[in-house]
Amino acid sequence: MYGSGILKGLGVTFRHLITTFIDDIQWLGRKRDVEVFQQKQSLANRGLVTVEYPDEKLAVPERFRFTPFLVTYNHDDPDYPGKDWCTSCGICAKVCPPQCIWIVRGTDPNTGRPKPEPEQFYIDIDICMNCGYCAEYCPFDAIKMDHNYELASYDRTSAHIYDKARLSREIRYWQSIAPTTAAEEQAARGGYDHTDVQKARKKAGLEPSRPGPYATKPAEPEPAPAAAAVAEPPAAAPPVEAAKPEPAPKAEAAAPSAADDETPPHPGWVKRGRRWIDPNAKVEPVRRKRQT
Amino acid sequence: MTDFMTDQALPKVTDLPSTIAALKERFPDAVRDDTRPGYEGVIVEAAKLPEFARVIRGEYGFNYLSSLTAVDYLGHGDHLEVVYHAFRVPSGGKPLVFKAQTDRQNPVIPSLVSIYPGADFQEREAYDLYGIHFAGHPNLKRILLWEGFEGHPMRKDYQEAYYEQETKPFDSRWPSGHVFRAEEYNPFGHNVRYPAGFTLDNYKPISEAEFQHGMSLGVDIMGDPAFRTDRLLVNLGPHHPSTHGVFRMMVALNGETVESLEPVMGYLHRNHEKIGERNTWYGNMPYTDRLDYICSMANNLAYAITVEQMMRGQVSVPYRAEVIRVLMAELTRIVNHLWSIGFLLNDLGAFFTPALYAIQTREYILDFFEATAGSRMMCNYMRIGGVFKDLPARIRSEAALVNDRVRDMDTMKYLEQLINDRLPRSIDELDELLSESEIIKSRCIGVGLLPAEMAIAYSASGPLLRASGVPYDIRRANPYSIYPELEFDVCTRPNGDIYDRYCLRLDEMRQSVRILKQILPRLKETAGQPIFGGKSSYSIKVPAGEAYGFAENPKGELGFYCVSMGGGNPWRYHVRAPSFINLTPLGEMCKGQKVADVVAILGSIDIVLGETDR
Repeated sequence: MYGSGILKGLGVTFRHLITTFIDDIQWLGRKRDVEVFQQKQSLANRGLVTVEYPDEKLAVPERFRFTPFLVTYNHDDPDYPGKDWCTSCGICAKVCPPQCIWIVRGTDPNTGRPKPEPEQFYIDIDICMNCGYCAEYCPFDAIKMDHNYELASYDRTSAHIYDKARLSREIRYWQSIAPTTAAEEQAARGGYDHTDVQKARKKAGLEPSRPGPYATKPAEPEPAPAAAAVAEPPAAAPPVEAAKPEPAPKAEAAAPSAADDETPPHPGWVKRGRRWIDPNAKVEPVRRKRQT
Repeated sequence: MTDFMTDQALPKVTDLPSTIAALKERFPDAVRDDTRPGYEGVIVEAAKLPEFARVIRGEYGFNYLSSLTAVDYLGHGDHLEVVYHAFRVPSGGKPLVFKAQTDRQNPVIPSLVSIYPGADFQEREAYDLYGIHFAGHPNLKRILLWEGFEGHPMRKDYQEAYYEQETKPFDSRWPSGHVFRAEEYNPFGHNVRYPAGFTLDNYKPISEAEFQHGMSLGVDIMGDPAFRTDRLLVNLGPHHPSTHGVFRMMVALNGETVESLEPVMGYLHRNHEKIGERNTWYGNMPYTDRLDYICSMANNLAYAITVEQMMRGQVSVPYRAEVIRVLMAELTRIVNHLWSIGFLLNDLGAFFTPALYAIQTREYILDFFEATAGSRMMCNYMRIGGVFKDLPARIRSEAALVNDRVRDMDTMKYLEQLINDRLPRSIDELDELLSESEIIKSRCIGVGLLPAEMAIAYSASGPLLRASGVPYDIRRANPYSIYPELEFDVCTRPNGDIYDRYCLRLDEMRQSVRILKQILPRLKETAGQPIFGGKSSYSIKVPAGEAYGFAENPKGELGFYCVSMGGGNPWRYHVRAPSFINLTPLGEMCKGQKVADVVAILGSIDIVLGETDR
């Protein structure tokens, strides 16, 4: 019969429509439950799988890679607070396919010879292609790929070259976003500590590695992108080595130039604090994940 | 009808060495072996090239000119070389590689378009990027760059804007890497070269009329007594949803009927190959993701195969890595065909319902890619000698951000359910939704015909070739990885119209599921085995020589032709892009069709502009 093919196809569409409603009724009022969420995201699901971004987000898997960050010791570490893991060997800068990593190797002020610490470390995140080679080939586990993919900003010229202060995160952050991988790497290193630290401790006759703290939860929730421009270290214990923040990009990111103060990005916007806001926009409160 | 369609190709000699010996006997002073270390094939005198090509195609059955490209040997003989790879289709086997050399000052090579019409775009590309003049080419003009471009950027002495250094890694990055932004080098300053005597005042823009050369416009309105109308030129694109990107078709219409069509491309051109020559061997891997960004896993695989071939036994890929590679390649094929069918239906007017059904299934595969490789689309997963990492034990995430919803699934169970249940179900559902629909049948059957001989002559590959009834699949014709031990059929469809291309993609997805079902037990058997052969190193040196590595990508034959001078960077890195070469017969396929069908025909070829324009 002519038209039977179309009817058959419409049947499929209708089935999709019905299953979606069945799903909704079945999980009525329990949409945000963890078990329901797992069920809806599974392969067995036949209804809708959509997640209402940005009210809710799918957490990314451990191996997810976005832009790189630098690993440092925790700032409350008793022995090496905030010490960089990077030794400025330059392998990441050499392997980087788009060449977005810039490292100034540190020099010892007394001898003038290179020392294994970066003086400056920049990543142009506009150029970064998120390939993950820097993290893969770093021999010291000092550079890792971050999971934060919300990097939009109003000014790419001042805000998108990340300096060392902006790039540095504590090791506990890495342990929190990628616990399995962090544990594997720790086993490969032979302990919690950095390999060079382990060597030094061995030389000094100490136990090579201390038992490390294992953070199970993120140290603090990631702030909104605009506020994220402020460097990670809390003011309490700024480490000596990492304490030299590069002034230019960071300062400009925090405080836009005078011209930006005057002209709103869109006509009719008003200024609240440091940010331009659309006064007519409907602002919805951010719904938090229900704890189970 | 040109001669490529008439004569019968019956191979006299089948194996390659005796073919080459016979050819050397036939052309004693025009054909000689390429004796450079690491090179293969023969070098043909440029003057004898058309005759040579006619003989190998007519008498030895090399009826398919897969790849044509040029190499600049500046400082290594100071000549330009055009490299041809010809195959026998559908019987398969190793390619016959032949080369022709010419000097750099006044490079002229006879065109092979009259013998191999598939050389058309590739010769234009070589002219565009190397300045080689192909004598006898019917329409030799720039194809990827704009008409007013000065110079030929793939030549070794050409320096692009923002040029910093010949090869990566750049010395400015370490140990004193004081950051600067490349655009702070003014592109109109010292980094761009203008032709001698150029001033802005006497610059004349290229006229559109010159662009329309060969479009058979300008017909006398009163000349045709039957149908008194002028020909109308319609530009479909570059910004048009049907072109799947920035692509333009200049269509000369007679009423509603297409008289001629010329694809115009290059809007997304970034000279991938020049970037590739500046890159290290490893550095090219993430760049291949950006070619055909729907199938980055398969692109990775083709590039890895090429470099492994060039390493000549220095790296060996462990069995588990091969299993994982095939798993990824076949999942990619399903991703691509789902996407392609979905968007073909968009082009036909079924606005987004079939596309979204297809995309929903694709998402499950991308979730697996993300958990394994770290990215949904820009996978960068294959390595030279293996893969990046083994499959994770669980597809799980950690809540790092506010409002994160967390998933946690066992990888092998997930794969089993995906392959045994979800994918077949989705493919059947698409089949049920679309295959019998009278609208689709009336729009697709008999439209955009590409006969088998024409498909071969135009170097069409992949589903486009197989839907024309040619059973040529590189996984069988030139097997790589573990395909020889896997059971699957090479699907073909006889008619070569849009409907057959659609059906063929469904068939291929079912075959891919069949392959994946054989991969599952192999994955379990090899669990825990190494996934990388040899020592992992961030910079590898590749022995001097050349290689053409190719794989059956979802869109067709993706080939990489690489030349190494023994260093850490490729001397030549050429991509034989299926999306680009499959567009060669587009004009022929659209001739005589209605203008509304052009959109559907383009959709059925299945191109991605990232790969077309490179």
